Amino acid sequence: MLNPLTMKNKFFNLLLVLPLLSLLTSCGEYAATKSGPQALSGATDAASKVYVAPGSYDEFYLFTSGGFSGQVGVYGLPSGRLFRVIPTLAVDAEKGYGFSEETKPLLMTSHGFIPWDDAHHPKISQTNGTADGRWLFINGNNTPRIARIDLTNFETVETIEVPLSGGNHSSPFLTQGTEYVIAGTRFSVPIPQSDASTKDFAAKFKGTLSFIKVDPKTGEMKIHFQVLMPGYDYDLSHSGKGPSHGWTFFTSYNTEQQGSLKEIEASQNDKDYVAAINWQKAAELVDAGQGEDMAVTYYHNLMDESTQSAKSEIIKTVKVLDPSKHKGFVYFIPTPKSPHGMDVDPSGEYIVAGGKLSADMAVHSFSKMLKAIESNAVEKEINGIPVLKYDEVLGGVVKQAGLGPLHTEFDDNGYAYTSFFISSEIVKWKVGTWEIVDRVPTYYSIGHLCVPGGDTRKPWGKYVIALNKITKDRYLPTGPELTQSAQLYDITGEKMKLLLDFPTIGEPHYAQAIPASVIMDKSRKVYKLEENKHPHMIKSEDETKVVREGNTVHVYMSTIRSHFAPDNIEGIRVGDVVYFHVTNLEQDWDVPHGFSVLGAQNSELLIMPGVTRTLKWEPRFVGNFPFYCTDFCSALHQEMQGYVRVSPAGANTPVKYWTGSENAL
Amino acid sequence: MKSAKKILMIYLVLLLMAVFTFTGCSGDSPPPVAENQTKASKPDEEEEEEEDEKKENASEKNEAGTEAYEHWQNNKGIGPVKKIELGETIDQTMADAGAKIYKEKCTSCHKPDKRFIGPSPKGVFERRTPEWVMNMILNPEKMVKEDPIAKQLLMDYNLSPMANQNLTEDEARKVLEYFRTL
Repeated sequence: MLNPLTMKNKFFNLLLVLPLLSLLTSCGEYAATKSGPQALSGATDAASKVYVAPGSYDEFYLFTSGGFSGQVGVYGLPSGRLFRVIPTLAVDAEKGYGFSEETKPLLMTSHGFIPWDDAHHPKISQTNGTADGRWLFINGNNTPRIARIDLTNFETVETIEVPLSGGNHSSPFLTQGTEYVIAGTRFSVPIPQSDASTKDFAAKFKGTLSFIKVDPKTGEMKIHFQVLMPGYDYDLSHSGKGPSHGWTFFTSYNTEQQGSLKEIEASQNDKDYVAAINWQKAAELVDAGQGEDMAVTYYHNLMDESTQSAKSEIIKTVKVLDPSKHKGFVYFIPTPKSPHGMDVDPSGEYIVAGGKLSADMAVHSFSKMLKAIESNAVEKEINGIPVLKYDEVLGGVVKQAGLGPLHTEFDDNGYAYTSFFISSEIVKWKVGTWEIVDRVPTYYSIGHLCVPGGDTRKPWGKYVIALNKITKDRYLPTGPELTQSAQLYDITGEKMKLLLDFPTIGEPHYAQAIPASVIMDKSRKVYKLEENKHPHMIKSEDETKVVREGNTVHVYMSTIRSHFAPDNIEGIRVGDVVYFHVTNLEQDWDVPHGFSVLGAQNSELLIMPGVTRTLKWEPRFVGNFPFYCTDFCSALHQEMQGYVRVSPAGANTPVKYWTGSENAL
Repeated sequence: MKSAKKILMIYLVLLLMAVFTFTGCSGDSPPPVAENQTKASKPDEEEEEEEDEKKENASEKNEAGTEAYEHWQNNKGIGPVKKIELGETIDQTMADAGAKIYKEKCTSCHKPDKRFIGPSPKGVFERRTPEWVMNMILNPEKMVKEDPIAKQLLMDYNLSPMANQNLTEDEARKVLEYFRTL
């Protein structure tokens, strides 16, 4: 009995005190545990700003690059909660990505099936310079390619290889209407590829800047043209917006064109270049039949939504524009030492280059650049590319802001936020006056940073997210490798304010954030069975079958809570190649089924409602091999299982299959 | 005892004040909790359900004597469908369309003429109202939680959940017409 009247006095008194205590506790106070050496002061206030109550939604989606995990992380802001890892440029056994027959083609390249890449820069598609939340593009740096993720289903639906490129880093910074996504080579290579020596670097190694057209309805990518450039390292890019729409800007370093020990050899010139490409003009030249068709081999891989299967197309030619032959669409702007970040402010007028070995940051002016071109303010030419006079293009200088400036994003109040790698800080400065107004430390060694919409015409300037390279003492140690991490800062006030550290998958190289409201209502819940045109799908259990074609066996199987049909299969022999084509007949949100079979040498399948996925299996031994549902689906999930009987090679066991027996029911 | 009652009164008042203070703290009301918690709760994997003794033939006959099934004529279920008028004769076009939908979306668990994962729809209108059937198709999550018949059915069918196959009301109505032909 919980009647206080019947309880002992002492306990009764305690009960009296409890409500009193709760009265004394004021609103919004949270216990803050002191941790590492840099524990946050004012933690209570910060906690209330990032607290998203259980069952409530975050205000923003944050898409982070998974860095060398090759994936994309999806987080909520301000909570920093991880929602999903989208497999993109690396296989993901959890989701069967790159293991199921339907998804394998997405990782095909001219080098064969490449199961991993180094993913760097996620970019949300834009309409009129504003993030529209339709697609997310991300570059693969190692084996040059670009992937497109559909933001209605959070799945990778397309990948395209970039030919004539070594290290696709300055990518996929798209244009303001998503007319093009951009690729640029960070490691110049002989073009065409040859067994040239790096000792002939300057003569034989070249860079390419690629402009990949995006179909405005389907999002499908197609390389329109590549611009042949001197053999520099084209590091980062951003496209113009507003008045500068039609142009894309790239930073370049190693203008010394050295092939070895670049930390010294490529750090000699006091100024390197911003390459300014007038892509509208270049596109006109190409459309007028200019440019050279070069023989190449590259893959374009596309998921067909109706057949739910990706297909690869091999392309053998690419259009290349050489600025030494075609004038007036490429210019170099000198910029201080070894620039990294390349960012354009929301107005489209200012082009910020993060000269990482320079004390000052140069901000170039787009309107002055146009005047310099018009008045021929050229100091020299390199391979037919005019080098504009630095002073004629300079818009302003942010002086002595910090050490190692890298990247800049913008808010909607005329301020810029620049990351400084060496001094581990974010510096806030005013666009136009170039005065520094605030700085905050980051923990530690910030690379990119992200303001929601902060590289578009319409930033949502509520937060800046620091994407750090090192965490050192910020979290509980986990052996030699520590968690990767990002940090969230409130930028609504005059002073930036650290709110939250949160761990990330892989290195959170760059990120894009967008209000949740732009995306969440468009999220797909199921795939309609009647729209599934997979060649091996089945519409109902009546259509389940097992078909032998020589040594290949196709199993047409279905899942629904809580059984497979068929769940017993006989007549499989050692040496067969078995394809399980599994259709999930569920039509309800959040009811995927999993499938795997003992000895499968690939992964599980994770099959969304209404989808068909195929697992290849090659039985090696005689016996009975269980298969089962791997995603806990219902109260009878444990019962969702079956057997494949494998007979010796050459046995005459007839093909039979069934689900339940008349007597058992 | 009198003083104890007084203390109890004070205690209750304080408790009320405390509750009031807490609820006053919420400030901005959070966005709604996602309502479609459709995935079945995941019980401990080691938990094993007792075999249902009535497994062999649980048609409507076995429902006799189970209290939950007795008042079916007044039970229209819980969901969007409040009233269904069945025509005097079967609309064959509708029934044919319903048969196709039934085959593709339902037969994994419901065979037309015998018990399978779930009950057979044969003769269903002798034990359920048309509205109840529609609501069971359209709103199964809530039905198995709140409707007495659906709750009992879940127990009688080994806790196999009725899957929401996201039929439209029109599609469910066609399936209903098909059931009349069985």
